[in-house]
Amino acid sequence: MSTLEIRGLKVSVDTEQGAIEILKGVDLTIKSGETHAIMGPNGSGKSTLAYSIAGHPKYTITGGTVTLDGADVLEMTVDERAKAGLFLAMQYPVEVPGVSVSNFLRTAATALRGEAPKLREWVGEVKSAMESLKMDASFAQRNVNEGFSGGEKKRHEIMQLELLKPKFAILDETDSGLDVDALRIVSEGVVRAKAANNHGILLITHYTRILKYIKPDFVHVFANGRIVEEGGPELADKLEANGYAEYVSA
Amino acid sequence: MTTLQSNILEKHTPTGREEAWRFTPLKRLGGMHDGTATPVLHNSLIAKSELPNGVTLSHTTIKSITETDDAIVNRIREFTDQGTLLQISADTEVSSPIFLGRTQGVLDKAEFARVLIKVGSHAKATVIIENTGDTHIAEDLEIQVGPGANLTFICLQEWGSQTIHAGRHHATVDRDASFKSIVVTVGGNLVRLLPTVDFIAPGASCDLSGVYFATAGQFFEHRMFVDHKVPHAKSRVNYKGALAGDKAHTVWIGDVFIRAAAEGTDTYELNRNLLLSDGARADSVPNLEIETGEIVGAGHASTTGRFDDEQLFYLMSRGINMEDARRLVVRGFFNEIVAEIGIEEIQNRIMTRIDEELAKAGN
Ligand SMILES: Nc1ncnc2c1ncn2[C@@H]1O[C@H](COP(=O)(O)OP(=O)(O)OP(=O)(O)O)[C@@H](O)[C@H]1O
Ligand SMILES: [Mg+2]
Repeated sequence: MSTLEIRGLKVSVDTEQGAIEILKGVDLTIKSGETHAIMGPNGSGKSTLAYSIAGHPKYTITGGTVTLDGADVLEMTVDERAKAGLFLAMQYPVEVPGVSVSNFLRTAATALRGEAPKLREWVGEVKSAMESLKMDASFAQRNVNEGFSGGEKKRHEIMQLELLKPKFAILDETDSGLDVDALRIVSEGVVRAKAANNHGILLITHYTRILKYIKPDFVHVFANGRIVEEGGPELADKLEANGYAEYVSA
Repeated sequence: MTTLQSNILEKHTPTGREEAWRFTPLKRLGGMHDGTATPVLHNSLIAKSELPNGVTLSHTTIKSITETDDAIVNRIREFTDQGTLLQISADTEVSSPIFLGRTQGVLDKAEFARVLIKVGSHAKATVIIENTGDTHIAEDLEIQVGPGANLTFICLQEWGSQTIHAGRHHATVDRDASFKSIVVTVGGNLVRLLPTVDFIAPGASCDLSGVYFATAGQFFEHRMFVDHKVPHAKSRVNYKGALAGDKAHTVWIGDVFIRAAAEGTDTYELNRNLLLSDGARADSVPNLEIETGEIVGAGHASTTGRFDDEQLFYLMSRGINMEDARRLVVRGFFNEIVAEIGIEEIQNRIMTRIDEELAKAGN
């Protein structure tokens, strides 16, 4: 059983006009096996929360703590966070020219497992992960995310989730840009990975449609850099009906 | 006449004020440009494996196929008419690459080398020159690609750290012939190459690509010139470089001249540089001079950038440490061109050398 604990997290970004505070004190605790949905309007700081936990250099932590089973996540380098068990499926996965998916995945698995996976088993692992996400085998030879459609990028993220087996998965709008079939395939991948690894999930989304596949235990409404309301799955239905208007100050 | 590559000299000795010499640290040329080096005929270029049928290599009198105003090449031609001739007879298709190389260098003098590669009409071959070891060499290398012929010319500068190499690699490409060159410069103190192409009949094409990686104190210059003087020729240029370490300096000049007669020309040239540390300098100057509007396309692009933080973050967020992430990104950057070599053993060797250069640069 693992715990990811976020306490009073404050984050700012540097701009030409100076630093602006985006996260204004976020509190959230996630345990293994739990699924937390974060829903909130555009620009409320959801991706900032995801990136800050993963350690993106653009964000400056100005207050608060993030710990994983008591270890100080904010002190870790980006790769150390991944090794500690954090995984971020990005809203906009990055293209890495000239680096093949197969080389990338193997390098990542080697780093996370501490040794190179045995070639034959690894080939099988990758093959079945690709098949279950309905990705053509040719993707292994393509460059990471280069020329991938929006939906293909998301499948590739969830394929990594299945292969890299983290303790906590942060899924930043994994559902956006997916058609109905792709949404089902990707969601099933998340559910399958969770069944296999019992990791905790922080699911960032605008829409309730993905929650039909990935059932949240908790729903948090995010607005203006902090969590403004919390509840069970029924809160998502209320948001679906009423939108965020009541949480957004004019 | 064009001002591109203008190289008008007083007494055949560049001063550094000429357009063609303005980036080159003349003091580091070992006197090859001003007559103070002691020239020797060394014939260091040898075949590294048995030559296939239809291919011969000999030491003989060389008759230049082109004129040039390059000071060093003219000094070589004044010094000697002897050199190395590689001949691939007409209609010969050579399936495996022809490996040539230089290993035996001279350091107290300067090798003045002439090389002529003649590819007969409708012949098809790949020629690889592997340059290793330490030497001072001035090189006048000409390539004649006959009508309908197809030559891939791979030239690898994997020199040691004392090498001074100033060379002109000039190809004339005849009717419907295609010339592909891949230049790799990853070693040497100073390397100054002039990969240049003359299209002499319609339907000719060239594809010139290259990679270079300069670390502390190294100077690598690649000064391209593609002369579209006939209609319906096509050229592509794509060079990529990385620099790391104090006073690493690279120069890439991409001159393309589309003359009035060159209707239907199709050309595109690209140079991208990756600056991996402070104190390094990449000069990149694409030049297009166009005398006719009747063309298919003409374009160029040049970029110089640093590591992309987003790429490094993405890789590291998957557990890959900074050093490995940087190595992946740099390999990825060069892969597009290195993969075109098509010989795995050489590709791996070049990539390993690139890893080593990157590691040398530290951080
Ligand atoms: N470099 C920057 N300069 C100025 N503002 C920035 C910068 N980076 C982020 N922001 C602002 O921070 C706020 C939060 O952005 P963030 O991407 O976290 O929002 P989000 O909730 O994920 O939105 P979306 O639903 O559109 O994905 C936005 O208002 C954004 O404009
Ligand atoms: Mg977002």
